[in-house]
Amino acid sequence: MELSRRTFFKVAGVAGATAVAGGRLEASPQVVPAAGAAAMLVDTTRCAGCRACEAACAEVNGLPAPVASPAAGTRVTDTSHFTVVSRYLPSPDGAPHFVKRQCNHCLEPGCASACPVKAIEKTPEGPVVYHRDRCMGCRYCMMACPFEIPKYEYEKAVPYVRKCEFCAERQARGLAPACASVCPSGALTFGPREDLIEEARTRIYQHPDRYVHHVYGEHEVGGLSWLYLSDVLFDRIGLQTDLGKHGFAELTQASLAAVPFVITLWPPFLMALYTFAKRREEAGSVEEADHE
Amino acid sequence: MSDTSTRAAAIRPWMTEKIFLGLSLPDYLRSLATPFNAVAALIVAAGVPIIAWRFLHGLGSTTNLSQTSPWGLWIGLDMMSGVALAAGGYTIAGAVYVFGLKEYRPILRAAVLTGFLGYVFAVFGLLVDLGQPWRIAYPIFYSAGPTSVMYEVGWCVALYTTVLAIEFLPPVFEWLGLRQLRERAVQIAIGAVVLGIVLSTLHQSSLGALFLLTPTKLHPLWYSSFIPLYFFISSIAAGLGMVILESATSHRLFRDRLDPRKHVDLDALTLGLARGASVVLFTYVFLKLQGLADSGDWPYLWSGYGAWYVFELGGLALVPCFLLAHAARTANVRLARIAAALTVLGVVLNRLNVSIIAMNWQPPVRYVPSAMEVVTSLCIITLGVLTFRWIVNRMPVLAEHPDYRDAH
Repeated sequence: MELSRRTFFKVAGVAGATAVAGGRLEASPQVVPAAGAAAMLVDTTRCAGCRACEAACAEVNGLPAPVASPAAGTRVTDTSHFTVVSRYLPSPDGAPHFVKRQCNHCLEPGCASACPVKAIEKTPEGPVVYHRDRCMGCRYCMMACPFEIPKYEYEKAVPYVRKCEFCAERQARGLAPACASVCPSGALTFGPREDLIEEARTRIYQHPDRYVHHVYGEHEVGGLSWLYLSDVLFDRIGLQTDLGKHGFAELTQASLAAVPFVITLWPPFLMALYTFAKRREEAGSVEEADHE
Repeated sequence: MSDTSTRAAAIRPWMTEKIFLGLSLPDYLRSLATPFNAVAALIVAAGVPIIAWRFLHGLGSTTNLSQTSPWGLWIGLDMMSGVALAAGGYTIAGAVYVFGLKEYRPILRAAVLTGFLGYVFAVFGLLVDLGQPWRIAYPIFYSAGPTSVMYEVGWCVALYTTVLAIEFLPPVFEWLGLRQLRERAVQIAIGAVVLGIVLSTLHQSSLGALFLLTPTKLHPLWYSSFIPLYFFISSIAAGLGMVILESATSHRLFRDRLDPRKHVDLDALTLGLARGASVVLFTYVFLKLQGLADSGDWPYLWSGYGAWYVFELGGLALVPCFLLAHAARTANVRLARIAAALTVLGVVLNRLNVSIIAMNWQPPVRYVPSAMEVVTSLCIITLGVLTFRWIVNRMPVLAEHPDYRDAH
């Protein structure tokens, strides 16, 4: 069998070129956030725990009214409560701390990079939205979210993922998210992310004794659209501090970038092995024939 | 009228020969009354209503899945383990076609069939697990999510199941007596095999890459950036182990389907597979240790999870590695089969550890599968075994069809 060296290199060359081009396609980042992309600053020192945000969220999203008087400690969102305010008692003087929790709308969301059908998408405007008409229910977004925000309707025969969408529809109409529009204490500030980071730094600078000198969400998992200020260590009010600074979308990039290389380099390599094996076998049978 | 009656007259002997194993229908039905079938029927009879219930009332009515544990036994066992154990298809096909190890040809068809059914029933398990399984083709036909590892897995599994079906066409056509189609199917074999190896390389590793997105949830001893490589290498060991076990079982249970005129030295093949599996397992253990050294997660070894990790890697990877090597050297076929069973168990345990047991290791809430989940998984596995037996009893899988002997 005559597999010419030229043919082989032609195949390998084409394969290599495709792999390089393909690699760039697969590994490209998902969404470049627009300048002025929406964000929210949560100043936990200003939150009075009135939970008007919970009620407004429930109303806008057509969800049942919030629970009456929840116990202290971390509360989590569920399929009918997209935002919850937890009450913590971290300091010896017993003063309660309130922390609102919802989807953080990561800049490089793990959930969106995990979704095989683009049912979850990071929009350039800021919100991480959910297209229910695409979702097949694999629940990989739930695995991929370090904040455990996407929640699944396990009780339904036709289930969907439920989570805060940052009131993307209201934002499109020029309105602030429901929670921010009703917050009476000034704990929630809605605006462009760059401005809010400036604002947060200014508050720390002006009141260095009051705040922990860190804007939670500026760099966590590659940056969040929801930023937090606190006067006690963040892990004492239920915010994870072990997440690192890399966006989750990066975690699988190397693996995906290898795909085109495997697709294009494996076949010629395997075909070469096949050719060698075949030739060896033919040579073997010729020898046998000679002996006979 | 006469046309339909002649057709009916032609169909009956065909049914008798092809479907009822040469028996009349009553005799065939009587032959099904065996203890094995009784147990299988019981499992299927318990599983099917549970699956129906799950579709009527949702996953919450049947499973212990929760908001913190969205993946359970059906993903960990049926999908993750099922696909790894189905790796014998591409491993043996690669050995025979690409590496030219023709002596393994007698066990190739059974390995391909095991692989094919492994995938079919892994996908079946996935259909039961997906929230909206009727949308399973959405990644391919409706809304592509190319940033997702699962998108890639979906494509690969869909394509590779097709490739395995193509690889298994020759025995199907021999069974049906379609000589020309069989020739065509044989001609495209090498292409299918190469494509199969490429697709397997991709998705066996990508099933591991799925867990790259869970750095805060998966225990550090199991989380590693090398996890795609671990999954790929261990799938080869699992595939070889499964082929050793499956060929041993088949050659005992289906002795009447073997070709009496063509003696296959299964012992020699088993020892060869054992040698291969030993080398692969050694590579796997070495890579795992390298990953451990790279991450510096040694201190975790002195914990409960650490002991579990040592049990998995030492007891069910390194020990079978040495046992396989010893068996191959001393020509101890029995030991090779025991070690193969340990290997398979080890890979299954690894998949369960990564997807369930070492997942969410910090929160107090632990996922334990419900009885209904266990029965459903058993039901799916049983259906796979029954389908395997149905096909082996009818098609030339363990021996070549008399009409096509030596026609390669």
